[in-house]
Amino acid sequence: LAGFGNLMQDVLWCFSQVKGTIDIGVAEADIISTVEFNHTGELLATGDKGGRVVIFQREQESKNQPHRRGEYNVYSTFQSHEPEFDYLKSLEIEEKINKIRWLPQQNAAYFLLSTNDKTVKLWKVSERDKRPEGYNLKDEDGRLRDPSMITVLRVPVLRPMDLMVEATPRRVFANAHTYHINSISVNSDYETYMSADDLRINLWNFEITNQSFNIVDIKPANMEELTEVITAAEFHPHHCNTFVYSSSKGTIRLCDMRTSALCDRHAKFFEEPEDPSNRSFFSEIISSISDVKFSHSGRYIMTRDYLTVKVWDLNMENRPIETYQVHDYLRSKLCSLYENDCIFDKFECVWNGSDSVIMTGSYNNFFRMFDRNTKRDVTLEASRENSKPRAILKPRKVCVGGKRRKDEISVDSLDFSKKILHTAWHPSENIIAVAATNNLYIFQDKVN
Amino acid sequence: MECTLDAQSLISISLRKIHSSRTQRGGIKLHKNLLVSYVLRNARQLYLSERYAELYRRQQHYPDGAPLLAMPACPPPPAAAAPPELAVLPLPTDTQDREARSCGAVRSGAELLEVPVCAVPPELQRAPCRDSSPGFYRATGSAGPGGGGGGGGGAGAAPGLLYPAGCDFGSGGAPHCSSRTTVLDLDTHVVTTVENGYLHQDCCSQCPCCCQPAPGLASPPPTPGTKRKYYPGQEEEEEGVEEGEPGGGGVAGGPPFAPCTKRARFEEYSTEHPQDSSNISNLISIFGSGFTGLVSRQQADSEQPLNGQLCSKQALASLGAWTRAIVAF
Repeated sequence: LAGFGNLMQDVLWCFSQVKGTIDIGVAEADIISTVEFNHTGELLATGDKGGRVVIFQREQESKNQPHRRGEYNVYSTFQSHEPEFDYLKSLEIEEKINKIRWLPQQNAAYFLLSTNDKTVKLWKVSERDKRPEGYNLKDEDGRLRDPSMITVLRVPVLRPMDLMVEATPRRVFANAHTYHINSISVNSDYETYMSADDLRINLWNFEITNQSFNIVDIKPANMEELTEVITAAEFHPHHCNTFVYSSSKGTIRLCDMRTSALCDRHAKFFEEPEDPSNRSFFSEIISSISDVKFSHSGRYIMTRDYLTVKVWDLNMENRPIETYQVHDYLRSKLCSLYENDCIFDKFECVWNGSDSVIMTGSYNNFFRMFDRNTKRDVTLEASRENSKPRAILKPRKVCVGGKRRKDEISVDSLDFSKKILHTAWHPSENIIAVAATNNLYIFQDKVN
Repeated sequence: MECTLDAQSLISISLRKIHSSRTQRGGIKLHKNLLVSYVLRNARQLYLSERYAELYRRQQHYPDGAPLLAMPACPPPPAAAAPPELAVLPLPTDTQDREARSCGAVRSGAELLEVPVCAVPPELQRAPCRDSSPGFYRATGSAGPGGGGGGGGGAGAAPGLLYPAGCDFGSGGAPHCSSRTTVLDLDTHVVTTVENGYLHQDCCSQCPCCCQPAPGLASPPPTPGTKRKYYPGQEEEEEGVEEGEPGGGGVAGGPPFAPCTKRARFEEYSTEHPQDSSNISNLISIFGSGFTGLVSRQQADSEQPLNGQLCSKQALASLGAWTRAIVAF
């Protein structure tokens, strides 16, 4: 595929589309909380704080307009989760969608998992383009007919209708998590998946909703001894017995479900020794891992903490093989970022299809890409100003000190309310989806 | 890394965060509160190290403290056994007695603590938040009681170390003493900074009850090993919720786990505790006694558990009203 796996200097990213309103005041419910392509890249799903899921579908590429490579248009919108109330604890359960994960397509319908803090749901998204007509006992409006008035019998037939996309909840997996769910991951066996909260990970079978197996439990016998929580978890892309989970202490554990039912003892433990010269009040916070992702090959894992992205080789546990600074200029600002809570922001990270480039978000609607081969990196911005069709994104630069060049932006001018936490990369093409608060930007590489 | 905030401000900011998280939608976020507790711990370490350093500097100027100054500049390695002075730290029962005895005990404790301080301050100044401040809490066996029995009469600076407002600077206190405590009032949600303002008995009474979350200062300290029934966040509450407990959302899927156990636990829990978040209370206990765990875990394996406990109690006592405010969660 053209443009696939190109070196950084060869790829020019262009604006393609933006979804969402331009209103000054952003309704909290509209804030996008997760973005995910399906396995073919045909569908792109977003979840928001209001509990809604919006699915975009890529148009078939048209020969008439070759420069308009398949745009994404709304395919289905539905309310996945509603606010709930836990009467025992007098707590409201937020409807915010924390994660969406697609199942691979096995028939005409699409299936995805969506989760809030407590409940995971399996949704079936299917098309209906025919409807039965000619019932005997009811008329076209559905009203029952008087049986005594029926003189003729007929056989109902299927007639075409306008395409309708329906989303129906097929399974609801509830009541299995005391703490807040932060991750879900579909197993490569396509029969099971896991859900992880702060202290436990449960394994589910898609068909069974009233039982789950607890496979990891790090809750201490005495909660006073709590020192770390689970922050993210993911299954290996090919080995259905292997998964990893990251912790708030900056460590990653790889577990093999074949060794025991409860995977409290890890098979591998990935940790980098702390650099004592960087010690500060906030060392624990910035070392907490916010996201962990296997590479498509299954050979590497990538982790994101507050200031860096790290790539680990599964065969080397004592340190990452690569470390990329996302926004190290924030290291001297940690105090203010603690005060305004930004230091708790959980950034995600993604691989491109060939595992050669990794991407993650930052503030001021900036997002960063790192080419693992050339070691080049670029900072781009998702903004309405750069939103002309096929406009090429200009690399951005943050000025750390001294003289600020014309196009640079100084650290103090960064807008910390504009944060890119969620991004997604098409599984095989250079198409990326970037969530900027309530707007979804889609960028593609330039078609030459 | 330079920080524009001092330890005290960080502590009050952190307390505010924890408090406001109680009313957040979606309930207490365990992860965030755990991280905030780490900041609190780091800030507290800095605060204490600053206090110790200040004490040491003040000791230099007090003739009363002369015997203390006679101690070697570099402390010998910590003794293997806990020195008897530490064991003497009283659990005072009445105010007057407390003043005299605690001041005395603190004085002796202080002199013990002072010795490592003289070795540590340069490092502390450089990296005050370091986890490895075992020198802090490690008592040296070589420090003799000296004038330790002198008690409150000396009105020396020593007691001020651990009871920043209480018995020390009382009458003859150094005029430049600026001991402050920051208090978060959970009723009015006001954070106030108090100068020399809190009752000595507050801090003393915390010593035995550092694990006790309820504002039942009159209740006896729990025997180690017994269940603290009034303690929110105990296992029973957790288990009762997680095991098939309907989340109120009316979602189908009945309790898949042992319902009988759940019911029994639920009854036990519900009779005792008003609605509260187990998580935040667990964190409170982290402040109360979990810091012991946090601190002692960081320290060398040779660390005496006795020292750890006593030192954390001393440290807690110095936090005084803070602990009560937090504990009252």
